[in-house]
Amino acid sequence: MAAEAERRAAWRASLAVGLAVSAYGVSFGALAVASGLDIWQACVLSLVMFSGGSQFALIGVLATGGTAAGPAAIAGATLLGLRNGLYAIRVSPIIGPGVARRALAAHLTIDESTAVATAQPTLAAQRVGFWATGAIIYIGWNLMTLLGAVLGDLLGDVRQFGLDAAAGAAFLGLVWPRLRALQPVAVAVGAAVVATALLPVLPQGVPVLVAALVALVVGIPNLLGARARSEEGSA
Amino acid sequence: MTVWQIILLASILVLATKMLGYLVPPRVLETPTASRTAELMTVALLSALIVVQTIGAGQGIVIDARLPALAVAAGLFALRVPFILVIIAAAATAAGLRALGWG
Repeated sequence: MAAEAERRAAWRASLAVGLAVSAYGVSFGALAVASGLDIWQACVLSLVMFSGGSQFALIGVLATGGTAAGPAAIAGATLLGLRNGLYAIRVSPIIGPGVARRALAAHLTIDESTAVATAQPTLAAQRVGFWATGAIIYIGWNLMTLLGAVLGDLLGDVRQFGLDAAAGAAFLGLVWPRLRALQPVAVAVGAAVVATALLPVLPQGVPVLVAALVALVVGIPNLLGARARSEEGSA
Repeated sequence: MTVWQIILLASILVLATKMLGYLVPPRVLETPTASRTAELMTVALLSALIVVQTIGAGQGIVIDARLPALAVAAGLFALRVPFILVIIAAAATAAGLRALGWG
């Protein structure tokens, strides 16, 4: 009985998170088209890359730099996707064995599926949380990307509708929940200062990559970090 | 590079990163330096992207309607307004300012 209740709680969490996240696939589709992609290119990004932060990063660099900024766009999207690799390491024991199952799980390994899965109390509920959240977002994100891309195509000049300003707000929404301690806030401010200073002097896309070094400078020596915080929370 | 090449190469790299994670023994994450630095890397990249999206204009800086729109978004996130509503409000702020002839 208790196990059944836990599985149902995992389903509820998956549904709530999944529907909310899917909804902003619309903004990705519309912004992708505004950045110069066609509808199919926007859809392929959501189908294959399937990682919101990396997708927004790629179209953001392409929007200001065009195809000349291609290498920087690819590097930015890949760096931002590195955290998915860490999520994969963390949820790997939840998924269990089987090549096909693990390959499918890899594709669905994103912020939300990892967060919902690791928040559940039992292995069975963690499995429900991972697969339900991943599947709901995969379907919803792709449908909404298509819808947003079609709408963006119809709208024409998106600056008039403020869609270029929506991209900055979208990134702010992705970083906001991560700013709960002094260390990440310091890194966020430092990276913003570095990016601002380098914007006028380096080619498009490169300031973002240099600003990422702030994370290494602060993170490796653990400057401003909590000292000897208990590590069991990450297990 | 064409847009398609950029899209496919970046997509394959992001997907490959996810797959690689399943080949690594979970013990690796137990070093606090690795997990901490990875999380901070995400914060730094997102923060820099906000700057580029808000004041970037090619290779240079332009202050326009995007900046007040970002300020509105920050205020609404602080008030725990849902993501999609904040995005709409930010876009509406920029659209409104431009309709008034600024930015």
